[in-house]
Amino acid sequence: MSEIKIVNLRKQFGDFVAVEDSSFTVNDGQFLALLGPSGCGKTTTLRMIAGLELPTSGKIYLDSEDVTFNRASARDIAFVFQLFALYPHMNVRKNIGFPLLSQRVPETEIRARVEETAKLLRIDHILDRSVSGLAGGDRQRVALGRAIIRRPKCFLMDEPLGTLDAEFREVMVHELRELHNRIHATTVYVTHDQHEAMAMADKIAVMNHGVIEQFGTPQEIYNRPASMYVADFIGSPPMNFMRFHSGLERGTRSVLLDGIEVPVPEVAEDVPPGELALGVRPEHIRFSDTSRLRGAVYGSEYLGTNQIVAVETASGIVKARVSADRSFRLGETVGLEFNPAKLAVFDCASGRAIASTYAEARHG
Amino acid sequence: MSSVNTTAHSVVEPTPTAKRIAGAIVILYALVTMVPLAWIFLTSIKSPPDSISYPPKIVFTPTLEGYCNLFTTRTRQTPDYIQSLPRPTGTCDEITRGRNMVIAGRSNYWPRFGNSLLIAFGSTFLAVSLGTLAAYGFSRFRVPLADDLLFFILSTRMMPPIAVAIPIYLMYRQFGLSDTALGMILLYTAVNVSLAVWLLKGFIDEIPREYEEAAMIDGYTRLQAFRKVVLPQATTGIAATAIFCLIFAWNEYAFAVLLTSGSAQTAPPFIPTIIGEGGQDWPAVAAGTTIFLVPILVFTIVLRKQLLRGITFGAVRK
Repeated sequence: MSEIKIVNLRKQFGDFVAVEDSSFTVNDGQFLALLGPSGCGKTTTLRMIAGLELPTSGKIYLDSEDVTFNRASARDIAFVFQLFALYPHMNVRKNIGFPLLSQRVPETEIRARVEETAKLLRIDHILDRSVSGLAGGDRQRVALGRAIIRRPKCFLMDEPLGTLDAEFREVMVHELRELHNRIHATTVYVTHDQHEAMAMADKIAVMNHGVIEQFGTPQEIYNRPASMYVADFIGSPPMNFMRFHSGLERGTRSVLLDGIEVPVPEVAEDVPPGELALGVRPEHIRFSDTSRLRGAVYGSEYLGTNQIVAVETASGIVKARVSADRSFRLGETVGLEFNPAKLAVFDCASGRAIASTYAEARHG
Repeated sequence: MSSVNTTAHSVVEPTPTAKRIAGAIVILYALVTMVPLAWIFLTSIKSPPDSISYPPKIVFTPTLEGYCNLFTTRTRQTPDYIQSLPRPTGTCDEITRGRNMVIAGRSNYWPRFGNSLLIAFGSTFLAVSLGTLAAYGFSRFRVPLADDLLFFILSTRMMPPIAVAIPIYLMYRQFGLSDTALGMILLYTAVNVSLAVWLLKGFIDEIPREYEEAAMIDGYTRLQAFRKVVLPQATTGIAATAIFCLIFAWNEYAFAVLLTSGSAQTAPPFIPTIIGEGGQDWPAVAAGTTIFLVPILVFTIVLRKQLLRGITFGAVRK
């Protein structure tokens, strides 16, 4: 197992820049999720690491060896494709053993290792079946088997759960993470599904238009989004933005929202006047009759354990996640109170999060 | 008295009546197309007088005379000379003597048939091999001017090949390729390769790239991935293409007449020459044609499954 280091990686297709000067490191045994919408460059990044695509510029190191222009077959990596790419003319056993065949491993050893791998993935009972008749989950396990049998330096997975139905996806998320805990393989996992990324990854890189917007642990990404894009992409419903016009001074501990003072974590930089947005997650909103920040209930969604209540305020619609016990009438006036420690302020023009003590403390 | 038919029926599955009508049409069509073939076969086992009798005979005494005449050359002799010969050694000997002739030697049918086999299968093999590689290249790589090249390849089929017969004739004479098996193989390959590239590109386009990418990541080179992953999945297309190429090369007449006359002559130009030898020997011609049909028949039956799947050009492949 090993470390993957990406330095200033860039990929252009004609005039289109798919990946723009990305740099990051995946430590040995780490599980990194590349998260973003389709077309954000996450798959291209993964394919460059795999050697299926050559970068326009930049370097890729595997275990500090420069593999940027090595052939895919010479990189000792495994790749799990979205559509599994199981060879249809081979049965399960042959599919799993295929990578070993290329290394001229003796037949008896291939057999033993295929069975060992199949046991690990609990597919030893279907080894002699044809792959075309398999259910989605079993296909997925066979694809994983083919990937892990070689004990490669790292695993690359391109939306491997994308074609499974929702119920089964959850099962596979657990299985994948459990597998990772057992074999500790360095993994890069591409997904557009924030839940998968949050549930499995040690580190998440959120990508947008070929740029890595933020690289951090799931907690950092969720609690302290580095940009409005990340804040909006992660979380369901996403973070609320309440726009206001103001400048900020270093050390400020509150912002003025439509004339109402709202406490925020201490601002750690000077911000020239401009349009700003106060970011607040739905679960950090409480209803309070004493609060001066008021709005009218616009609608609610009942989710069983809790409910999402949309409130129309002077600064736009705000969605709050509150207990499901209380029921609201449409148009009812409510007061909103935010958890001050969890708030973030963004510069609307650049989308960047404004530095605060909270962010400093977390990011060092 | 009105009764409503409440039996559930599928809207996509044809009804039994529709199936019967379709079946009847297919059988009728098959019968119509089979009549000439059946006639050729019947003629091949008629005696020469039966074969030209009018009205045509449906009931007759079958004879192998046509086949004997096809495989042998004969000379006419006086009855006295034939009387003086020892007893006939086989059926053909006996039939021939009945016509006041003796067998002088073997005809050129089998050598010509052999030429046909060599040239047709050889050119099919070459055209399909080259076509598969070219189609793979066009399908998987960013080839400069790929669309123009593909159009150019197709454009070679836009006129009847025979239109270029004279230049090819002159060129072949210059290069010493006239009346050689190699020359005919090259010619048929050149004509077929365009068809092969176009057909196979369609089939290979349908094979997801992920299979090769998976194989390359699994430690194989691109060529190994091509051989172990792409080829097995392209067998349907390759079989269908091979049949098309083979049928063309096997049946080709015009170039064969023009460019071959002796040692490399194929069966199609040879068969009509039988007519000239001692009257219009229709049973012998029919016998030659019947045997000529066999290899294509066998080849098609062997590859029937692939052909049926392949001829839909990927429509039902999943």
